[in-house]
Amino acid sequence: MTTLPNLTQKKLGLVIDLDTCVGCHACVISCKGWNTENYGAPLSDQNAYGADNSGTFLNRVHSFEVQPTGDEAAAQLIHFPKSCLHCEDAPCVTVCPTGASYKREEDGIVLVNEQDCIGCGLCAWACPYGARELDQAEGVMKKCTLCVDRIYNENLEEVDRVPTCVRTCPSGARHFGDLGDENSDVSKLVAERGGMDLMPEQGTKPVNKYLPPRPKDELPEFDVLAPFLEPVAQEAKGFLGWLDKTLEKL
Amino acid sequence: MNQPKIDLSPKVSDEIRKTTCYMCACRCGINVHMKEGKVAYIEGNRDHPVNKGVLCAKGSAGIMQVNAPSRLNAPMKRVGPRGSGEFEKISWDEALQIATDWLEPIRKENPEKLAFFTGRDQSQSFTSYWAQHFGTPNYAAHGGFCSVNMAAAGIYTMGGAFWEFGQPDWDHTKLFMLFGVAEDHDSNPIKMGIGKIKARGARVIGVNPIRTGYNAVADDWVGITPGTDGLFILAMIHCLMKAGKIDLNYLAQYTNAPVLVNSDEKSPEFGLLMRDKDGKELVIDRATGKLTPFDQPGVKPDLSATHRVAGITHRPVFHMMAERYLEDEYAPEAVAERCGIPAKRIRAIAAELARVAFEESFELDQEWTDFRGEHHKTMTGRPVSFHAMRGISAHANGFQTCRALHVLQILLGTVEVPGGFRFKPPYPKPATAHPKPHVGVTPGKPLDGPHLGFVHGPDDLALKADGTAARIDKAFTWENPMSSHGLMHMVISNAHAGDPYKIDTLFMYMANMSWNSSMNTRGVIEMLTDKNEETGEYVIPRIIYSDAYSSEMVAYADLIFPDATYLERHDCISMLDRPICEADAAADAIRWPVIEPDRDVRGFQSVLCELGARLNLPGFVNEDGSQKYADYGDYIVNHIRKPGIGPLAGFRGENGDKAGRGDVNPKQLDQYIENGGFFVEHIQAGANYYKPWNKAYQDWAVGMGLLDSPQPYLFNLYVEPMRKFQLAAEGHGDRQPPDHLRERIKEKMDPLPIWYSNEDENKGDEYPITALTQRPMAMYHSWGSQNAWLRQLHGHNPLYVPTKLMQTSGLKDGDWAKVTSPHGEITVPVLEMAALNENTIWTWNAIGKRKGAWALEEDAPEVTKGFLLNHLIHELLPPKGDGLRWANSDPITGQAAWFDLKVKIEKADPPSESQPVLPAIKSPVGKGPKDLAWKVGK
Repeated sequence: MTTLPNLTQKKLGLVIDLDTCVGCHACVISCKGWNTENYGAPLSDQNAYGADNSGTFLNRVHSFEVQPTGDEAAAQLIHFPKSCLHCEDAPCVTVCPTGASYKREEDGIVLVNEQDCIGCGLCAWACPYGARELDQAEGVMKKCTLCVDRIYNENLEEVDRVPTCVRTCPSGARHFGDLGDENSDVSKLVAERGGMDLMPEQGTKPVNKYLPPRPKDELPEFDVLAPFLEPVAQEAKGFLGWLDKTLEKL
Repeated sequence: MNQPKIDLSPKVSDEIRKTTCYMCACRCGINVHMKEGKVAYIEGNRDHPVNKGVLCAKGSAGIMQVNAPSRLNAPMKRVGPRGSGEFEKISWDEALQIATDWLEPIRKENPEKLAFFTGRDQSQSFTSYWAQHFGTPNYAAHGGFCSVNMAAAGIYTMGGAFWEFGQPDWDHTKLFMLFGVAEDHDSNPIKMGIGKIKARGARVIGVNPIRTGYNAVADDWVGITPGTDGLFILAMIHCLMKAGKIDLNYLAQYTNAPVLVNSDEKSPEFGLLMRDKDGKELVIDRATGKLTPFDQPGVKPDLSATHRVAGITHRPVFHMMAERYLEDEYAPEAVAERCGIPAKRIRAIAAELARVAFEESFELDQEWTDFRGEHHKTMTGRPVSFHAMRGISAHANGFQTCRALHVLQILLGTVEVPGGFRFKPPYPKPATAHPKPHVGVTPGKPLDGPHLGFVHGPDDLALKADGTAARIDKAFTWENPMSSHGLMHMVISNAHAGDPYKIDTLFMYMANMSWNSSMNTRGVIEMLTDKNEETGEYVIPRIIYSDAYSSEMVAYADLIFPDATYLERHDCISMLDRPICEADAAADAIRWPVIEPDRDVRGFQSVLCELGARLNLPGFVNEDGSQKYADYGDYIVNHIRKPGIGPLAGFRGENGDKAGRGDVNPKQLDQYIENGGFFVEHIQAGANYYKPWNKAYQDWAVGMGLLDSPQPYLFNLYVEPMRKFQLAAEGHGDRQPPDHLRERIKEKMDPLPIWYSNEDENKGDEYPITALTQRPMAMYHSWGSQNAWLRQLHGHNPLYVPTKLMQTSGLKDGDWAKVTSPHGEITVPVLEMAALNENTIWTWNAIGKRKGAWALEEDAPEVTKGFLLNHLIHELLPPKGDGLRWANSDPITGQAAWFDLKVKIEKADPPSESQPVLPAIKSPVGKGPKDLAWKVGK
């Protein structure tokens, strides 16, 4: 069994805006590209050009249809990106028999030390979010590293020291920062928009937060907006009369 | 704690090479990270005007595209029957000699025997130049199949279009309404824009039968009945006009609303605009009450005054609009059921448009001077913006629908104003500033001008002396007079039928015509393989095809030129073509070989440079007959289109310090590469709004070489060229339409937007469901399936069926259904979707693949469960009993009406594979590896 740090100096994580995520998968593939080439074993693909193709991804986007109550309410589609939430009480760490899974003291990032990973898969079972994937080629557990090899990387310009999924997100739905600092931009965003924990009942205290979609299909009823369409005339002749009068005033 | 020590600053790459993406048509800037000479990682370029650092899934997956096993690897000639996929590899010299031997006699005897069509080509100013010098009238790209309605309606109406030719004013707009927007073109800028305005709390309204992508994040979703968008828009116009919520000042100053129209039904000029001897539109000046050209200093055009001369009353366009759109037929209550939108909701949306446009208007503290010389202290903002795409244009009423949307924008005064819709250079550019179509063929000589353009009346049609079509696709004929992009989708069927004439060689580039780029896929395959019974020769005798990948079309060609991938060749995203400009800047870009091909392939444009020289085409040889351009890179730098103007606008002049106009700069490509692969020239403040009428902008555009001279113009609420075709149909003039088309021209070529249903033509009573396709954001056409990463996102394309229809058809997720149209049937897997118009079914486009293509295994899900709706669509409408077959296209532009598809659906026994199944083709490139673990560095 592996122990968690009592306290981490920072709580680095992601804030994902479900109101603006269009489900484009840009984050998914950018993650695949960076993490195939960088930290640890490459993210492999099986049956890459055939049937039952599958591969290792550290971040995936799922889509859910939501049917609001009410007879007339239109169904909605919510895109839901999901990766490791870097939980404060990460069950994937405490379950690890070799110490390969660990949570970094300095920033709270949950990582797998691939050298010590025996591919037993206990951590994936323990994670309530399904955020870990066992790489089929290498036999080691892969998971989001929060691009630990980018965010401090002195070979990158400072502006680029963010996870690759954040850098690439076209609609700006992904934010990165220290959620342990209540004055950070991400913490303020969470406060402002009612950011939520994913499945808080699991008691994992996830660091990543989700901003809920704003209410939809709430254009005011026409009765409220009617003054903006008050007729100036009922037919063409009356309209031309209005036009003459109005042009006089211009 | 004993944490392992990890390297937090690993070396990212040896080198970054900056070029332009080509995983779709968006043209983002990319940083290609290289390790040991190989592509290691691709990310967006932060400095680039299009994507500003972001990159979509396709872009990041480029590494899987340039290494795809489906890449063609050598020139080939066909050795088995067409469609077998049996080829023999040959040398480039042999390939070019074969092509020369085929094409040389054609050019000498009758250049029209070559039909050259270039699909999703991004080098149309170059490929059209080649075709023009060959001398054939038969050239176009894929616009007629794609979205000419959008482009033509925009340019005829306001001198610019949606698509990537304009953009909402993301910084100021407060209400953004998008119609029928799929998720590909201009995709990163739209995603960035939506993110930006939603962060500001602006409202997004999505009008689309399907609630995915942008519509999923829209604040309000209008799940409209497909094909009725025009009616919905005209109802909003009705509401806004009736309430006087229109921008009268804008209409008077900048549009042809005040221009006088001949209103005498007996006059041969009935419906034409009053013009002076120079052709300038005439208006009544409110200050003087006198008739005057619209553009004179101090003129305040009168929206209301009429004018009587020689016994003929002339009324302003605006009177005609009031008469038409205030009619009850356009009241929300009259259209609600048809559109599938409650009348109250139509009114609410119209009211919201009015509220934001007029109650939330604002002034930008920016002085400017208009073309009449009037100085304005501020710029008035109307923060309502619109965007639309294929969803409204791929219908047979698409041109008029796109027109209606532009008229709505203009009535609200929201085009080219702060907060509204803005053009990107080289637009604004009115239809009259574009070329007209040219079809003057002389054996052995170039064509007499550019192929494509804008017609302004019957005189400009592309007809031979006997009245038959001059072009193989019958573009610019009475059947579809304003077909500005040509009709790629009719080329194969017309060539097969020998109507209007037979051709010898069909030459195509990046156009998957035997699969997802054709209506009636199986029929097209039969045409491509059909033989003349007497001679045993193919009816279309020769087919040359160029593609980088083993697409379905490869098997149907006789000669293959293998293209290089986008990281292996030069390209030019040119101001002469479809540049990457922003509303505030002119910009263009290049691609350059960031890696060298590891196969015997060449960039197609470079091949044309050599083929052009072998054929002795004037633009491609020096005076001594030697090859003029060594390759496409050489052409990009050294070609001069007009004095001082070449394919690239940046780094011109001897020292590379000139923008727009300037001499050839031999180091131009190097300077582009140093600058990140692109060039940007910003428009100064004060010139960047009101562009069609802004003196400072017009002068800037002339300086940049975008315009030859200042050309301020009026927006055309009323499109006079359409009236000229109607006049001909009414019997006026020498050039007369055939009788069977007269009524249709009179009805459909209305110079003010109308709406008409296409349901009856598509047998909507028997086939009550509309079937649509969409592009996923992570795939582009058929390219994604060869990409090992992207096909894990979209390897399946179920048929999405709305909840109620699932229930009434007795369907459950995973069941199979037979879908029948008047033309054919398919049997495919279904999945329920609730966020969908209740009479619409849909699937993702071009996921389905033919066995043997794209280097996929024959049991890949794209092959076994994937499918195309194309099998259900015909290029002709079902017979209606008049003895004629009418095209399944817009009668104005010829745009393929593939979103008019009507079907019925019933539960089916699950077959072993999606139906129909076509026999396998032999892969010319073999199959891909089983597993991948792609790490380039150590």
